[in-house]
Amino acid sequence: MSETNTSVAMLEPVEDVGGVAQPLLQVNGLTKHFPVRGGLFAAKRTVRAVDNVSFSVAKGETVGIVGESGCGKSTTARLLMHLMPRDTGDIIYDGMAVGQSLSLRELRRGMQMVFQDSYASLNPRLTIEESIAFGPKVHGMADGAARALARELLGKVGLVPANFANRYPHEISGGQRQRVNIARALALSPRLVILDEAVSALDKSVEAQVLNLLADLKREFGLTYLFISHDLNVVRYISDRVLVMYLGEVVELGPVDEVWDRPAHPYTRALLAAMPSSDPDRRTEKPPISGDPPNPIDPPPGCRFHTRCPFAEPLCANATPKLTALDNMGHEAACYMAIPGSGHSRAPTGETA
Amino acid sequence: MTKLVEISGLNIRFTGERTVYAVNDLNLSLGDGEVLGLLGESGSGKSVTLRALMRLLPKKRTQISGKVDVMGQDVLAMNDEQLSSFRGQTVSMIFQEPALALDPVYTIGAQIAESVVRHEGKSYAEGRARALEMLEVVRIPSAKRRLDAYPHEMSGGMRQRAMIALALACRPKILLADEPTTALDATVQIQILLLLRELQREFGMSVIFVTHDIGVAIEICDRVAVMYAGQIVEQGTLRDIVRSPVHPYAKGLLASTIHGAKRGQRLETIPGTPPSLAEKPNCCSFAPRCKLAEPRCLKRLPESVEIGPGRAARCVLAEPAAAT
Repeated sequence: MSETNTSVAMLEPVEDVGGVAQPLLQVNGLTKHFPVRGGLFAAKRTVRAVDNVSFSVAKGETVGIVGESGCGKSTTARLLMHLMPRDTGDIIYDGMAVGQSLSLRELRRGMQMVFQDSYASLNPRLTIEESIAFGPKVHGMADGAARALARELLGKVGLVPANFANRYPHEISGGQRQRVNIARALALSPRLVILDEAVSALDKSVEAQVLNLLADLKREFGLTYLFISHDLNVVRYISDRVLVMYLGEVVELGPVDEVWDRPAHPYTRALLAAMPSSDPDRRTEKPPISGDPPNPIDPPPGCRFHTRCPFAEPLCANATPKLTALDNMGHEAACYMAIPGSGHSRAPTGETA
Repeated sequence: MTKLVEISGLNIRFTGERTVYAVNDLNLSLGDGEVLGLLGESGSGKSVTLRALMRLLPKKRTQISGKVDVMGQDVLAMNDEQLSSFRGQTVSMIFQEPALALDPVYTIGAQIAESVVRHEGKSYAEGRARALEMLEVVRIPSAKRRLDAYPHEMSGGMRQRAMIALALACRPKILLADEPTTALDATVQIQILLLLRELQREFGMSVIFVTHDIGVAIEICDRVAVMYAGQIVEQGTLRDIVRSPVHPYAKGLLASTIHGAKRGQRLETIPGTPPSLAEKPNCCSFAPRCKLAEPRCLKRLPESVEIGPGRAARCVLAEPAAAT
């Protein structure tokens, strides 16, 4: 796989500015609200799609984002890619604030995205080779060199260039199309790749192939991943750290094993308990929570989970709990039961956590 | 155990722009009060088999041969009139996407009532009463109010409950479920699975449950049939299939699920992609992807051999074990 490394010119990757200690991506207070048009005299309502989300992604790390539909995970990805304008919040790529010291054009070189729907995200009128070569050409690569790069990348994602380069998206299977999308994302030599439900639409045996491919590419190109999925098994397998989102807010974040073994937020616990069993003799007997996730239009006040939470107390409906550190390993949760002295009857009693 | 459904030698071929041999020589039976899972990837023919049981496939473009016997009736020989009383009362189906399966211009109550009026010859008022009863059975909160709700006014999980209520309104003996939880969120999926499990016991129905998710099959099925390229490659009790699969495809499918895989460890995969099914398979369809393939796999179609009570596999490697 590596002997052909030097034969084809890649675009120069965006330079590493801050060094190893500088997080590759720093997100502070990211917020996006969508106004909802009602009738003429209807009260104005808003979808709080993403509300005050902050996190960072270290270089070479894989961060997972999990949550149910409507929790804002895809909106977060689109805001990071600047596919839609944000209301407030800072996005800092390798120490450079996007829009100030880093232009959008440079950002798109350094950050690329793979979408869930492999078919809708490819231009049906371009061959696979043309689709992959399109980005590098926009960024100033000559046509011949860009096509050579496209063929090289096709080989890297496990598709024989001679068989696939001149085919159109509808002529190949879903798993193969998703490989093409990955190749296209890599064509600009990005350092951060956002994978938005990139393996969710694939069959299980193909999903495993693509996950192995992602691991190989990460090693070869030194990539950093932001991996968005609703499948907890996949997230646990691929991520180093994980963010759990509920109705536009981060409710828990931390190293993946910490969050899995010691979930602090009742929503995280419910999500983990809702995974189907893998043992025929130990089936799930009781649903962990009842009801559907509420509509993100005008979400409940206070802790947004209090309407479905078995431990909710009056204070949960009054004010939103803040993300609070639980230990020194970066495990944080936004729940009054995890905040010492919060007034919740199940809160830890110790003065210092 | 009496057999409610007996399918033998079922072949389904779609003609038209291109020909697809979707189901090939399929044999399957369903016992009374049993939950059978059809497990397979997209294109393996599991949904087509389910639809053939209710004759829902487009008439003009489908060629069906074989025998489909449901409670002593020959489904493939039914005329339209017989079919419409067969559907709903004997066999009923729930689909993956309730938003598409329910009629958007009628309220939930009206849709359930209509099916009761049509199948049981009751009055509309009696139908409404049954609708309310059914919504309570599937545990829709404030059922009385929801009777007059349109499908778009409900959330995804609620719509799926409403569809289950509709399917069970005429107390069918057999429920066909085509990936009913795939489109749902994780916390809702488990609620629907537990509800189906409970209703199955309460109503004493038999269920055929199509899914691609082994975890879902584990939660609900008694017996599992693994499908590949339009054939059942292995069937047996849930425990046998999950604990000790015999067919290399079933083994690979179970190994490639990510359940509990360690980070950094490579996942086991099945190389390649499923066949296109443009031709009728005349040898083992899985052989091109199989690690254990031998020359004889490409010579003929392996027979389905019994390897234990109620357990069968379609693989040459299972044959000598059965002979001894």
